[in-house]
Amino acid sequence: MNLALPILVPVLPALGAAAGLATGRRYPALARPLAVLPVAVSAVLALVTALQLGTGTTLDAATRLAPTGGPEISLALHLDGFTSLISVLVGLVATCVQIYSTAYLKDDPRYPSYAALVSLFTAAMFLVVYSGDLIVLLVGWEVMGICSYFLIGHHWETADARAASLKAFLVTKLGDVPFLFGLFLLGADAGTFRIGEVLRVAAAGDLHHPTLIALLLLAGVAGKSAQFPLHTWLPDAMAGPTPVSALIHAATMVAAGIYLVARLLPVFLQSSAALVVLAVMAAVTMIGSALCALAQDDLKRVLAYSTVGQLGYMAGALAAGDRQAAVFHLVSHGAFKALLFLGAGVVIHAAHTNSISAMARMDGLRHRIPDAWWTMTIGLLALAGVFPFSGFFSKESVLGAAEHAAHGEALTGALGPASAVPQAVGWTVLVAGLLTALLTAAYAARLWLSVFYGRSRNGEDLAPQPGAPYSPELDEADPAHAEPAAMRLILWVLAVPALAFGVAGLRTDWLPALLDGESLRVSVATGVIGTGVAVAGLLIGYAAWRTVNARAAAGRPAADPARLLLGPLYRPAQHGFGVDRLYSTLFVRPTEAAAGLVRFLDRAVVETYVRGAGAAPGWLGRAVRFAQTGNAQGYLNALLAGAVLLVVLVAVGS
Amino acid sequence: MHLAYPAVLAVLLFSVGVYGVLARRNVILVLMSVELMLNAVNLNLVAFDVWLRDTLHAGQALTLFTITVAAAEIGLGLAIVLLVYRTRRTAAVDRVTALGDRHEADDPADAAEEKEQAAA
Repeated sequence: MNLALPILVPVLPALGAAAGLATGRRYPALARPLAVLPVAVSAVLALVTALQLGTGTTLDAATRLAPTGGPEISLALHLDGFTSLISVLVGLVATCVQIYSTAYLKDDPRYPSYAALVSLFTAAMFLVVYSGDLIVLLVGWEVMGICSYFLIGHHWETADARAASLKAFLVTKLGDVPFLFGLFLLGADAGTFRIGEVLRVAAAGDLHHPTLIALLLLAGVAGKSAQFPLHTWLPDAMAGPTPVSALIHAATMVAAGIYLVARLLPVFLQSSAALVVLAVMAAVTMIGSALCALAQDDLKRVLAYSTVGQLGYMAGALAAGDRQAAVFHLVSHGAFKALLFLGAGVVIHAAHTNSISAMARMDGLRHRIPDAWWTMTIGLLALAGVFPFSGFFSKESVLGAAEHAAHGEALTGALGPASAVPQAVGWTVLVAGLLTALLTAAYAARLWLSVFYGRSRNGEDLAPQPGAPYSPELDEADPAHAEPAAMRLILWVLAVPALAFGVAGLRTDWLPALLDGESLRVSVATGVIGTGVAVAGLLIGYAAWRTVNARAAAGRPAADPARLLLGPLYRPAQHGFGVDRLYSTLFVRPTEAAAGLVRFLDRAVVETYVRGAGAAPGWLGRAVRFAQTGNAQGYLNALLAGAVLLVVLVAVGS
Repeated sequence: MHLAYPAVLAVLLFSVGVYGVLARRNVILVLMSVELMLNAVNLNLVAFDVWLRDTLHAGQALTLFTITVAAAEIGLGLAIVLLVYRTRRTAAVDRVTALGDRHEADDPADAAEEKEQAAA
């Protein structure tokens, strides 16, 4: 097959970004075509590449980039079913986001640079997906990190956005440092950075430190994919524009960590300790983030915590050894979460607030933005995992993988023996997954009912809930035109995969043929339990909402349904269980104190020496100036004295 | 004649010259002292030329040089003295200190003098 196509896929958006940055200031009219066209073309090219590659084949091509003396770095391309699937998802979501942004950020003066950064980000994600070399993958990985920093800080006039962008950058970097060491160690152990070779070595069991490598890599994955304990940046990252949240923090960048583990799963299967760590991480993340999502008052923060939880599902599937289920859930989640975020953008423009409790006091939001109402309903049902939406199938495949692992017959396929996955991992993921399914359905119901079925009552202001964390955007949109065509149609485009993508896993010769070939069918036991749990969650959410509304109608102040459900957990859950405060006490304040000390040492000690070094010659010079009186005879006297002195010295010396 | 007589005479002349240059205030006298020092050197040159019985008489030739240079120098020096006297109404060496390092505030009289000079 023609290599130019897959090479063009990451190159085109990068060129578009460069052109956009170069011309944005002088020719603002070019910004829109330069933003949309390269990304759309490379999305099409990604689809063509995937179709040409077909199922069951892989393509490897490489050219040596730099001889290092150790393992070589090569510009390598690796294409298989996984890359096909994810590159099409990235292309689709990125195109949707670019088109949506043309309307969403219509009046933004910094739109050209914003669009260029989104393009660059897309290029980096394509590079990560297609790369067959770990170091080249790392380049894309880091470019995504820096683009994320710029895009979260898009509204840098607000202190929130500045703090959030810094936090996202620092927290992901905290994971990236161990990740870098993990890559080096992996390359040194395997003797190469080519992913194919690494996997061959790992499958043969020839890695010397599989546990250490896997744990180091997991740190980077936890940072990028927002898993506990490095998840704190993602909810704050909602200070960026909503399309950025859809692209970066739902569909692509956070997926990179999951994708990397999926690619390197044979390495992780070498170490059951790493799998246990991954499973515990996933379980804590899932349950904790679902509780937090239930308690949030900010619409985007609910979705952010929900993203963290769904990524936990993917990590759980990987811990259970089933990368098919993880990637299946990644793709279906990418579609419906992008849909939910873009729909949330429409809702926020229409309601002019992020606050769910404020929206619950507005009349008939669903009539003002019917398309957002319909598509977000689809997205939320997919999120809750209700049959027959895509989320149902992918979530069930994760739960099925966990169930198999719990029985000691993990679906590792040809990557390793089923015994590589401890049974405890399966049980952990299964129990946490079911509990999370319940909570997910409950917060999806709360979100949907509160946002779209609000009722205004007299004498209530629309102020957001006091004390709750917010990530408000600068929002100058006219609420009457909250749903222009470019935003409305995109929602429907994304609603199609959210609705129907799940059926792709039904037959082994559809989606599984593209991946590892194992079955993705829903097993009866988890299917029934999962659906039951989801329906129970929806009903609980509905019941709580009814109760709260009945109380409000009786004249008592309206409360949040979540307060009723969570009870004493409500306040801690709203603030992320104090993880931020803990980090602030443990790390941020000592760091700031150390910085203060360094500043004091710099100002008071180092600078004193510098000032002294400057002042001493000054004083010396002032002293010497006194000698220059202008009296020529004085000079001559000094000259004579010097000459006599020299003569005497020479005479004495010789 | 013994070499000691002209040598001692030259030392005395030179010392008088040095004293004059370092201690006299009048510029004319300073210039005369410079001449004294030059002539002490001339005396030495001639005396050693004779004492060494130099066939080329390099000492005498050099003396002629020195006399010429001294004549030119004194001409130039007297011209400068004349100009200084015209502008400053003084020929005292220790009053002519315009090239020295001064603070404006230290010596307002000098500063005014300088301005006057610039105007001229």
